[in-house]
Amino acid sequence: MTARTVLQQDDITRALTRISHEILESNRGSSDLVLLGIPTRGVILAQRIAAILNGIEAQSAVAGSLDVTMYRDDLAKHPTRVSSPTQIPEGGIDGKTVVLVDDVLYSGRTIRAALDAINDIGRPKAVRLAVLVDRGHRELPIRADFVGKNLPSSAEERINVRLTEIDGTDEVTIE
Amino acid sequence: MKHLLSTRDLSRDEAIQILDLAEDMADAGTREVKKLPALRGRTVVNLFFEDSTRTKISFEAAAKRLSADVINFTAKGSSVSKGESLKDTAQTLAAIGADGVVIRHGSSGAPRVLASSGWIDAGVVNAGDGTHEHPTQALLDAFTMRKRLHGDASRGRALDGVSVTIVGDILHSRVARSNVWLLETLGAEVTLVAPATLLPVGVETWPVTVGYDLDAAVAAKPDVLMMLRIQSERMNAAFFPNAREYSRQWGFDDERLARLPEASLVMHPGPMNRGLEISSGAADSARSTIIEQVANGVSIRMAVLYLLLAGGAA
Amino acid sequence: MSAFHIKAALLPDGTRTDLFVENGVFVESASNATVVDADGLQALPGLVDLHTHLREPGFEQSETVLTGSRAAASGGFTAVFAMANTSPVSDTAGVVEQVHSLGETHGYVTVRPIGAVTVGLEGQRLSEIGAMAQSRAKVRVFSDDGKCVSDALLMRRALEYVKTFGGVIAQHSQEPRLTEGAQMNEGALSAELGLAGWPAVAEEAIIARDVLLAQHVGARLHVCHVSTAGSVDVIRWAKARGIDVTAEVTPHHLLLTEQLASGYDARFKVNPPLRRDEDVLALREALADGTIDIVATDHAPHPLEAKECAWDEAAFGMVGLESALSVVQASVVDAGLLNFADVARVLSIAPARIGLLDGYSAPFELGSAANFTLYDPAASTVFGVEHLHGKSVNSPYLGRELPGRIVTTVHNGVATVLDGALVEELDRG
Repeated sequence: MTARTVLQQDDITRALTRISHEILESNRGSSDLVLLGIPTRGVILAQRIAAILNGIEAQSAVAGSLDVTMYRDDLAKHPTRVSSPTQIPEGGIDGKTVVLVDDVLYSGRTIRAALDAINDIGRPKAVRLAVLVDRGHRELPIRADFVGKNLPSSAEERINVRLTEIDGTDEVTIE
Repeated sequence: MKHLLSTRDLSRDEAIQILDLAEDMADAGTREVKKLPALRGRTVVNLFFEDSTRTKISFEAAAKRLSADVINFTAKGSSVSKGESLKDTAQTLAAIGADGVVIRHGSSGAPRVLASSGWIDAGVVNAGDGTHEHPTQALLDAFTMRKRLHGDASRGRALDGVSVTIVGDILHSRVARSNVWLLETLGAEVTLVAPATLLPVGVETWPVTVGYDLDAAVAAKPDVLMMLRIQSERMNAAFFPNAREYSRQWGFDDERLARLPEASLVMHPGPMNRGLEISSGAADSARSTIIEQVANGVSIRMAVLYLLLAGGAA
Repeated sequence: MSAFHIKAALLPDGTRTDLFVENGVFVESASNATVVDADGLQALPGLVDLHTHLREPGFEQSETVLTGSRAAASGGFTAVFAMANTSPVSDTAGVVEQVHSLGETHGYVTVRPIGAVTVGLEGQRLSEIGAMAQSRAKVRVFSDDGKCVSDALLMRRALEYVKTFGGVIAQHSQEPRLTEGAQMNEGALSAELGLAGWPAVAEEAIIARDVLLAQHVGARLHVCHVSTAGSVDVIRWAKARGIDVTAEVTPHHLLLTEQLASGYDARFKVNPPLRRDEDVLALREALADGTIDIVATDHAPHPLEAKECAWDEAAFGMVGLESALSVVQASVVDAGLLNFADVARVLSIAPARIGLLDGYSAPFELGSAANFTLYDPAASTVFGVEHLHGKSVNSPYLGRELPGRIVTTVHNGVATVLDGALVEELDRG
């Protein structure tokens, strides 16, 4: 199956910039923003968004990571999965606005697991969701607040997100 | 990994994976809700044929932090002390629906017999079998060393080039054996120090350096000095003349502590005989990791239980 | 009692001949004889086991004289010497006569009871050796097997005293103080497995002491189940000096090593323990050059619960009557160290001689008692519980491919095994 590029490097940068402005606008500033990326590529995106936010308003938006492996609802259906580190920025999440960041939003189960993980860590003021790609096919009542691109897709298609920090190039392809 | 019976069987990658996973588990212990739901609905049985408070509590805490249900089975006062066999006990557990069995037994090899018998389908964790192995102890010891030496940069690292000296009753020690195999796998250099009577025949085939002199071992400035508990019963079997001579020759006292480098770690698997193999001064010093070994034990055991029980069939 | 005509039997010396059996002996010809076609089969004199545990009286849950006799017959044996560690111990005329009588009643093999050296096997006082020798059981072999006669003075007295009755002491060589709590051979493997070691020197030191005692008092000594290369060296040295010592080796010590203990499967737990490759090789060579005189099974039945447990809770011992000849073939015959004439010697003629059992010195000759077995060396089977005919199944060979198959066994002219199957109703006429 041949892959079709739907987002190139510039498209991704523009999308992240727009998302960053939308976050600032809806949050009326950034002073209590904590961006938690979901490993692996969500973490990179969270770092990029934090950098953009800090460039717009010199408040330090902080970024970290939230591993959801232990909270997945399908642990028993696969061989044991290895987890990644969870790194909550100093200051924690109590009373803050947490923005979960992931590369692709699909069934919504990962975000459901992330909400359970957040619940065990603390009590944020609010939780928002930013994703680079929303490909539809939700299985749970979960909705993204900030979306880079809507990509309706069929279940047979694969969406690949590549980021320079990990894959050497920035692109989103569908095949 | 279906069972954890020995550190002999662990590859370098598997060992590092367990240590890294334990870091995540330790992080979870700093949260408001110290629980993870990974083993929700699973039943872990603590099958302890030998007395042990600390190891049993450690495994119980680990299982509960992963949201598993825990059933404790101790030999004293149970049907086992009335002569029920390992086989019958195992089949009772299988009938209850145990997903994991943590077993401590006085006979070397009992966990292996249980795991390969076909009497149960559960994952088996060896919590200490006779004088054979105590794999989670060695893993928590390695985790402790790694954490002290590399701090937050521990993930992904082994113990290459770290010098570890283990002192005491090597012959009867399952902790020593598990540590020797694991430390070698992780690239450490191991030295054993004991009177010749407490070194096993065939120790020259182990990947270790052997010595009889504790003072010489301290002078070699090891990165880690691990003291093993000495049991007084050994005196009656003529392994050494008396406690006084043992303590003089192989006891880690304040005087030897002063000669050990500041950066070196002092470890002991517990329980300690204060004043016999280790002085109070040494046990309570800043170099001593004895208390954090206990805390790390829970994280390691969480990692092991998760690896053995969370996944299902491929 | 039927007569038999064995056609084309291949004798141990290589000659092929027809054999006739009538009224319990070999005859020149017989009429109305049942024909047995021995083409392709090796004929051997009836095997004689100088070291078997029949467990009766006292441990009938493991084996009885009947079940043990049947197991023996299915392995080609026509005579077994039954060790004395029964309950009550075989240390009086009464017990040995009972064992002897049971053997005669059942009839599958000739059962020669062994008498204990010391009362209750306690190693303190000599048992009534004279009474046992003069009883109907006519005991000639005395042994505390299971335990060692470790007290030097008592062993000296025992060696001297049996001379009075023309008997021999069979010693289980194991210095008890060096082997307290021992589980397996002492070495790098036992250190790794965390199992208490049984050092070779505990066997060798006793043998060395005993051969010198035997020399000093001018007595005969028999050494049970030799298991180490060092023991072989001591026995070779003793024989070279003209000391009257004989020695036995078990089939399992000719084939199996301590590596089998690695999985903690207690089927491989035995006393003396399985040793190293070097020991197995030394034992094979010693059997070939005569330093070790015979093969004896040390058949030691145990119930399931005594083996299905942790290693150090398990009983010591393996059954071996049914598999003995196959294991001997696998370990020393197929390797070219022994031929079947040697097999006849080490498994029949020599053990009978050492145990002073009549009727085995001139096998297959006219007038000799008809004790023989027909064996198919070309067969090859995976050994399973269906090949065990005693009460217990603690065999180390289950699941292992072994050569050879017993086709026929005849005991004093009566067929005990025909067409590879035990005869249920013995035709004793």
